[in-house]
Amino acid sequence: MKALQIKRNVGKFGAARMLGAMSPAGAAKVGPLEFRSIDDPECPGDGWHRVRTRLAGICGSDLSLVAGQASTYFDDWVSFPFVPGHEVVGELMDDDHADMAAGTRIVLEPVLGHAARGADLPFDGAHPADGDDYAHLAVTSPQGVEPAIQTGFCCSTGGGWAPWFWAHESQLHALADNAVDFPDERAVLIEPFAGGIHAALLAAPPLADVDQPVVAIIGAGTMGLAAVAGLRRYVPGVRIVVGARYPHQRALAQSFGADVVVPAAEIDRAVRREVGCHMLGNGESGPLSGGAHVTIDAVGSDASLADSLRITKPRGRVVLLGMPARVDLDLTGLWHREIELKGAYTYGTETLADGTTTSTFALAIDTVTALHAEQLVSATYPLLDHVDAIEHAATAGRRGSVKIAFDLRDHA
Amino acid sequence: MPRPGFVLDVDRSTPPTLFWRGEGFSLERLPADRSRIIYPPEPLAGLDNLDGHIRDALLNPLDMDPLPELLKPDMKLTICFDDASLSLPKMQRPDNRQRIIEAVLDMAAEAGVDDVHIIAALGLHRRMHEYELRHVLGDRIVDAFLPKGYLYQHDAEDPDNLAVIGHTDEGEILEINKRAAESDLVVYANVNQVAMDGGWKSLTTGLASYRCLSVHHNPASLQNTRSLMDRHHSALHKSIWRMGKLLRDSGPKVFQVETTINTEAFPAPFEFLAKREWEWTAKDRSLFLASSKSLNKLPNRTKRKIFHNIEAPYRTTSVHAGFTETVHEKTLENVYKQHIVEVEGQTDILTMGIPFISPYNPESIMNPILVMCMGLGYLFNMYRGKPLVREGGVVIMTHPTYEEFHPVHHPSYIDFFDEVLADTTDPAEMSTKWEKKYAEDEWYRHLYRTSYAYHGVHPFYAWYWGAHGQQHAGKVIIVGGYAAAVRKLGFTPASTMNDALEIASDTVGRSPTISHLHVPGVLVADVK
Repeated sequence: MKALQIKRNVGKFGAARMLGAMSPAGAAKVGPLEFRSIDDPECPGDGWHRVRTRLAGICGSDLSLVAGQASTYFDDWVSFPFVPGHEVVGELMDDDHADMAAGTRIVLEPVLGHAARGADLPFDGAHPADGDDYAHLAVTSPQGVEPAIQTGFCCSTGGGWAPWFWAHESQLHALADNAVDFPDERAVLIEPFAGGIHAALLAAPPLADVDQPVVAIIGAGTMGLAAVAGLRRYVPGVRIVVGARYPHQRALAQSFGADVVVPAAEIDRAVRREVGCHMLGNGESGPLSGGAHVTIDAVGSDASLADSLRITKPRGRVVLLGMPARVDLDLTGLWHREIELKGAYTYGTETLADGTTTSTFALAIDTVTALHAEQLVSATYPLLDHVDAIEHAATAGRRGSVKIAFDLRDHA
Repeated sequence: MPRPGFVLDVDRSTPPTLFWRGEGFSLERLPADRSRIIYPPEPLAGLDNLDGHIRDALLNPLDMDPLPELLKPDMKLTICFDDASLSLPKMQRPDNRQRIIEAVLDMAAEAGVDDVHIIAALGLHRRMHEYELRHVLGDRIVDAFLPKGYLYQHDAEDPDNLAVIGHTDEGEILEINKRAAESDLVVYANVNQVAMDGGWKSLTTGLASYRCLSVHHNPASLQNTRSLMDRHHSALHKSIWRMGKLLRDSGPKVFQVETTINTEAFPAPFEFLAKREWEWTAKDRSLFLASSKSLNKLPNRTKRKIFHNIEAPYRTTSVHAGFTETVHEKTLENVYKQHIVEVEGQTDILTMGIPFISPYNPESIMNPILVMCMGLGYLFNMYRGKPLVREGGVVIMTHPTYEEFHPVHHPSYIDFFDEVLADTTDPAEMSTKWEKKYAEDEWYRHLYRTSYAYHGVHPFYAWYWGAHGQQHAGKVIIVGGYAAAVRKLGFTPASTMNDALEIASDTVGRSPTISHLHVPGVLVADVK
C-alpha cells in the first residue's frame, strides 16, 4: 500500500533539522518522511485487528519528527521504519473481533501497553499507558511487536498515516455507529483531548484545600485548549488564565471555559492580577513574587518553560504538556521557588475530585462531545499532499487553524 | 503688543493647518466655508526682574500678613511645590518654584526658622527623579535638603504620615500630609499653566490621600464638570473649594504663591509650531519639512528623547502671594488674559492634534489612555460656557496611539488597558467594578511608594478626566492611530483626515461645521 513512512536516515534527519526551523514544508520535502509503497505489515498475533484509517491527525510530536527535532531520548523506544499517525479514527476491516463487527468505527488509544505486548497488567483494569516501568515498551514482545511507545512509532503495527494498520484490542474504543451524531472530525480529537485532560488532572492535587486556586495555561493550540476544557470540567472551582498567541485561540479558550484569556506576552500580568502579587524588576518580564498555583505549559519551548517558572508561585507545580525536546533553560527559578516540574505524557486511569476512577479516554469522549470539538479540525488533506499538510499543521496558529488531519475516507 | 486670539474662517486660500501627531505633526486641509480655526493669543509679555516681583509678592501679600511676619524661630515651616506635571514642556532653569522657594528660605533663615521641610505635592502622580528635582528646585536646595531628609515627596499611601483635617459640610473627608497638617505655616509654590490648576486644588490634591482624592476624582464629579477650566461650573472644583474652606477653618495656615506663565513653549527650531500657518516664512516651511521628515525616520524612543528634552522659554506674567482664594482669583485673571478666545457658537465637529505630552507623561510615553485623557479630558475642556462641539457631535483627534507604555511609570496603566478596557469603557461601570482592586493592589502601592510609578488608581482618574467629553461626543475618531488600540478606547480609527470626515458624516451629516483647536499654544474658548 502507499503510505507515509519514516526511515532511520541520519542524512535526511539532519537536512530536515537544518530546514525545519525556516520551512516546515522544506523539512517535509527533504526530511525522513516519504510517501511510498510499503509492504503490508504482518499480523502481530491474536488480539490484533486491521483498522482502516478514516482520519489521522497531525500532532506536535509528529511535526518534531518530520522536522528532525525529536529527542534522541526516544531512540530506544521507536522502531524504524514506521508509519506515523497516532491520533486516529478508523473502522475495523475484518469480522474477527468478539464484540465489534467489521465496519465498526473506532478511535485508537495508541499506547502499546502491557496487554498489546503480552505483559502482565500493572493492576487489574489498567489502561494501556498505566504502569511505573516502561520496560515492556522497549523490548520486542513475545508476539514480535518491536519496541515503540505507541502506534505511529512502531515498525510492526503500521500507523494512522496509511490506509490501514494493526491495532490491539486493548487499544480500541468503539464509537457510535452514526457518523452524523459523532463525526470523525470529533473522534480524531479524542486522543489529544485525553492528553490535555490528563494534564488538567495532574494540576488538581496541589489545588486541594486552596482558596481560589489559579491555574495558568501557556499556549492554546489543541493541547492547551484540551487542558482548558479538562480543568473546567473536572477540576472544580479553579480560575483558569490562558495566554494564547493568536486571536482564534483566545476565542476558543474563552468558549471552552477559561476565565481570563490574554495574548501570550501578557500572561505574567494576567496571573499577577489574579493572585495580587508583585512583579519584580522594572515591570517588564520579571518573575512574580507569587503566582499561579499550577501552570500548564502546553508549548514546551525554552521561552514557555522560562515563563512557567516566572509565573508559578513558590512551591507550585508546572505541568509540562507540550513535548519539549532539548531546551536551554535557567533553572534557578525552579530551585529557588521549589517548583515541582511534572511531565504530562498521554493518559491512563484517572481519579476525579469525587474519588471515582475512570479512563482518560472516557473523559475525553465526553468532553469532545460536550464541546462539539469537531470545530477544531480546520483542514484535512489526502496523504499525497502531505507536504502541504505538514506545512499547514506547523503554521496552524498563524493561519487561524487548530488541528490538521489526513483524510483517508475515500480509500474505503 | 501681542495679538489676541483669533478665529479664522477657512476658505479656499487658507493654507493647510498644523496638527500634532504625538512626536510629530502633519498639515491638514480643512473643508472651506464651513471650518474655522481657533488660534490662541500670542504670548503675553513677561515680567522683568522676576526675583524682585517674587520678593515683592512675599512682602506684600493679598489678605495675609507679609511672609516675614509669619515666620518665627521655633515654628514648623513646610514648603510644598507642584510636581513634574507642571509645566509642559518643562521650563528653562531656573524654574519659578526654585525662585520662590529660595526667596522663602532666605526669609526663613533671616527669621531663624530651622525646622523646614520641603515636600513635592505629587498627589497620586509618580515620584520625581532626582534630576527632575534638581531641574525644578535647583542644585542648592536639593543639595542642602535632600541628603538630610528634609526634601521629600508626598506619599499618599503612608498611613503614619497622613492626618485627617475633618469633613466638609457635605461629608467629604479632607486627609492630607501629616507634616503639612501639623505645621505652623505651609507655603505653596505654584506654577500655573492652565485655569484648572492652583487655588485650593494645589494643596488639597497634591498632599491628599487616595480616599480624600476619590471624593471628587470620580465619574460623577467629572461628568458634571463643565469645564475643568471653569471652576465655577466644575463639580470637581466645588468639592475642592469646600475642602479649602475646611482647610482654612481647621487646618494649618497656608501662604499660597502662584505664578502664571505665558505660552512661549517652544524654542528654536520648533518656534514655527506656535505660528499661524499663513504667516510661516520660507524658513518656517523648511523647518517644518525638515523636522517632520526627520522625525518620521526616527524610532519613537529617539523622538521622545528629542521632545522631552525641550526646555520652554516661558516668561512669567504674574506673581501673587497670600491667602489662597484671593491669590487664585488674580491668577485666573492672568491665565484667562493669556488663554481666552471668544468664539461664537458650537460646531458639529471638533478637531485637535494630540501632542507628545500630557500632565501624566513627563519624560515618558503618551500611552493610549493618556491620548484619551489629553483629547477628551484636557483639550475638550478648553472652554468656558459651552463646549466647542455640540452635544452628539464628533471629536476628531490625530495621534499614532501606539500600544506602548512606560513600564516603570505606568505599570497599572498597562493592566488597565489589558483588563479594564477589555471589559468596559464606561467610567461609572469601571469605577464600580474595577477601581478598588487597582487602588488597593499591593504591587502598585509598592511601586508608587518606592519606585517612579503613578498610583494604581491613576489610569482610572486619567479616564474619568475625559468622562465629560466622552459623554458629550456622539463619536470620537482618531486619525493615524493604531487601529486595535483606538478601538479598545471605544473610538473609531481613520487613516486620513478625509476618511475621518467621511466616517463622521454618519453622525453629523455631509456638510458639518468644524472647529479646529490649534495646538500649540494653549487657549480657552469662551463659547457664546
